Amino acid sequence: MARSADAKSLPRRLLADMLRIRRLEEKCAELYGAGKIRGFLHLYIGEEACAVGVLHALTMDDNIAATYREHGHALVRGVPMEAIMAEMFGKATGCCGGRGGSMHLFDAAARFYGGNAIVGGSLPLAAGLALADKMQGRKRITACFFGDGAVAEGVFHETMNLAALWRLPVLFCCENNFYGMGTALHRAHAQTDLCAKAAAYPMATARVDGMDVLAVHTAAVQAAARVREDSRPFFLEMQTYRFRAHSMFDPDLYRDKAEIAAWKQRDPLDTFPARLKAEGKLTDEELLVLERAAEAEVAAAVEAAEAAPLAPVADLLKDVYTPEAGP
Amino acid sequence: MRTSYREALRQALHEALSDDPRVFLMGEDVGRYGGAYAVSKGFYDEFGPERIRDTPLSELGFVGAGIGAALGGMRPIVEVMTVNFSLLALDQIVNAAAVLRHMSGGQFSVPLVIRMATGAGRQLAAQHSHSLENWYAHIPGIRVLAPATVGDARGMLAPALADPDPVVIFEHAQLYNLEGELPADWRCGIRRAAVRRPGSQVTVVTYGGCLPKAMAAAERLAAEGIEAEVIDLRVLRPLDMETVMDSVRKTHRVLVVDEGWKSGSLAGEILARIAEDGFYDLDAPPRRLCSVEVPTPYARHLEEAALPQAEQIAAAVREMLNA
Repeated sequence: MARSADAKSLPRRLLADMLRIRRLEEKCAELYGAGKIRGFLHLYIGEEACAVGVLHALTMDDNIAATYREHGHALVRGVPMEAIMAEMFGKATGCCGGRGGSMHLFDAAARFYGGNAIVGGSLPLAAGLALADKMQGRKRITACFFGDGAVAEGVFHETMNLAALWRLPVLFCCENNFYGMGTALHRAHAQTDLCAKAAAYPMATARVDGMDVLAVHTAAVQAAARVREDSRPFFLEMQTYRFRAHSMFDPDLYRDKAEIAAWKQRDPLDTFPARLKAEGKLTDEELLVLERAAEAEVAAAVEAAEAAPLAPVADLLKDVYTPEAGP
Repeated sequence: MRTSYREALRQALHEALSDDPRVFLMGEDVGRYGGAYAVSKGFYDEFGPERIRDTPLSELGFVGAGIGAALGGMRPIVEVMTVNFSLLALDQIVNAAAVLRHMSGGQFSVPLVIRMATGAGRQLAAQHSHSLENWYAHIPGIRVLAPATVGDARGMLAPALADPDPVVIFEHAQLYNLEGELPADWRCGIRRAAVRRPGSQVTVVTYGGCLPKAMAAAERLAAEGIEAEVIDLRVLRPLDMETVMDSVRKTHRVLVVDEGWKSGSLAGEILARIAEDGFYDLDAPPRRLCSVEVPTPYARHLEEAALPQAEQIAAAVREMLNA
């Protein structure tokens, strides 16, 4: 997960993590249909290169804050797949004991600060985490993921200003999938150049093809290094696309089939292995091994989640307040 | 020692900033300006701009940043100029600070203190004067405090900062200039209500800016031979109903005085709990005195007419005893 000196193995690790997310989420969709997972379920399928590319550019000491479409971010960050699956099943062994569900995955050990289902909600939290690091003299940075929809929220602009004004070490990772739920970017933003908005505060920006995991990774390595060295925010826009509907309730009536098909031609789970094979960096057998490993991990996670106990109702009030210290 | 509510708050903040390097104060004009109510005057020079942090006019952004900083190991004190402005930050308070611990299965606590001015009485009209403490007291996951004496102004901050969960402190704007006796031992908890004046015939439950009015009313009533017990809630969430019920079981009559509007008020919540748990202890119908249901008007005579006043409190008690 953390950046490794072994550059040679990097492409394969990126591919492996993209596969893990894809297989996990395909299974989630199936389990949703079977009634095992309920509530809102937002799939990241199509956008995997963004989380994988960025998170492999960070250290395990960095902070992560994400959105409600965060299964992939949690997984790549190191939250065990079993804990993610159990959380979606609402089980006691879930990463939040069944209190959060799909939209609210948290993991203190992974410095994973959620899972936030208020669009833009993680932005000021990330600024505050970075402020705490800066005030305490730590070199850590905070990566904050959000979508193009969040850029229309007032809190985006408040946070950009605070981060630039106070020189906060935040890597703002905008996953621009061109739709805020069902409303296209150009129908919601007068200025569709999202980097231009961030640059106004001002801060350094970069735009990258979010369907190209190596391009994302390279851009994120450079951006993270700048954030760390200069203690200044950076805005990284990744242009991407979700292949599935917004949520399991969405009939997806607002997108052209041709548009979806065109983006699917650029599926990083097809293009990246094809490229690696063409470059002689991956064999069919090696790809099969990665595929089988991902499938086995998913199967084990489902099995464990099925078998896991529910949290006792007697614990309903647990964790509303911190228990009083002492006797 | 005699001191003012403002000075007591100031001493508490000064002590917190001096004792714990994780503590910092953040908000609009808390630094160079010295605080909208001059509570932090001089702190900017003493503690510097990092720890007495002036913010842009971005309530949602800087309250959210306070939550993040608390998650990151700091002990932020975020000042919001008035409760009306806090509505701009309500999303972060309700959707993040109050729920992060629970949503994360107990992994992340938010040790944040938010201070804000509340209440009417300064002719500031309908966007600076409301009492919305009940909105916050409705929310599980936060604690809500209302210091109404110089002792609580001095003593409540330290336990609020020591609390691992978010605490919202309401300072009534009419109290800043209040003078009072600071007890030698002003240290206090933030769990219990307080009996401010013992009495045997009627219980008057109140908090915040209405406490001095209730005390004045009790003084007048005492001169008439009526002994009212005055309870200062101090903590608006979670409510200490034990102290309230102990008093009601003794006096058998209760009046709740609340500067909030009656509809959906804290006063309504308290009377409902008394009705549920102490209906047969009551000798008279319980009563409430709240603000008139009008946006706070500017003109002095209209503003005064909109708010609970000491004479109305005394009159309500007399009616209850004569009924």
